[in-house]
Amino acid sequence: MKVSAIITLKKDVLDPQGKVIQQALDGMGFKDVNEVRQGKYFEIDVKEDDPKKSRKIVEDMCNKLLANLVIEDYKIIEIQ
Amino acid sequence: MKSSVITFPGSNCDRDMHVALKKFGFNNKMVWHDDNELPKSDLVVLPGGFSYGDYLRCGSMASKSKIMQSVINFANSGGLVLGICNGFQILVETGLVPGVLLRNKYLEFICKNVFIKVDNKNNPYFKNLDKEILEFHIAHNEGNYFCTSDQLKQIEDNNQIAIYYSNKSGKIEDQFNPNGSLNNIAGIFNKEKNVLGMMPHPERMIDKSLSGEDGSLFFKNLINNIK
Repeated sequence: MKVSAIITLKKDVLDPQGKVIQQALDGMGFKDVNEVRQGKYFEIDVKEDDPKKSRKIVEDMCNKLLANLVIEDYKIIEIQ
Repeated sequence: MKSSVITFPGSNCDRDMHVALKKFGFNNKMVWHDDNELPKSDLVVLPGGFSYGDYLRCGSMASKSKIMQSVINFANSGGLVLGICNGFQILVETGLVPGVLLRNKYLEFICKNVFIKVDNKNNPYFKNLDKEILEFHIAHNEGNYFCTSDQLKQIEDNNQIAIYYSNKSGKIEDQFNPNGSLNNIAGIFNKEKNVLGMMPHPERMIDKSLSGEDGSLFFKNLINNIK
């Protein structure tokens, strides 16, 4: 199954890249932006047909490698 | 005294570290990341560089490489493990020292000399060191130390902060913080003080005619402490 996960910085962690992107957007005329936070997106094709088990596998990967839980949160957004 | 420097794909300060360790009396071996076993060592060094091209997060892939299980076991049994720059990033990713290293506050790669203040001499790395303020070199893009407030309290309570960014006279202030590090932290220990991670490069300060000699003081003192 294909599992999609996003990893984002926790709320209280400074995201300088997001800030710079926001400033650039502002300079381009996008004045209605409160905040920009940048994250990572993963598509992982696992050799497993059960959605629950697939989710478990990718959660395990997020906990052990894909995310650093001191600063990041992860979310499984799609399993298909 | 025996030391081992681990070379990961993308390490680039491994040879400099080898030269420095040899100069001050270590019998050093270079160890490949894909090996399983560490040679018998009194000190293991994780060098600077860009292991695995800094993919995913700096140090994250290297922290899972084969040799690291031996390094973790070595550290957990009290062995001295020193991580410099990318080596520090690898150490935080293994969890041997707390916290993380974020991108520098102003998104710049910083390459310059800085002064650091040694805060804690009750450990094998800085015990008996004559100076408290050292001039070292930094060269990094992700050296902005961060940890949660709970972790900060813990590392403060356990005296785990090893060095701070300061000025020449040892003042620790925001204006002397090159990268946005929490409280000017430049290096930290594990709880037991046998593992040290720091961003500055002592191995770049071992020759008077090229740079400076505060790194020489560090290595001379270190080998004397281990003997």
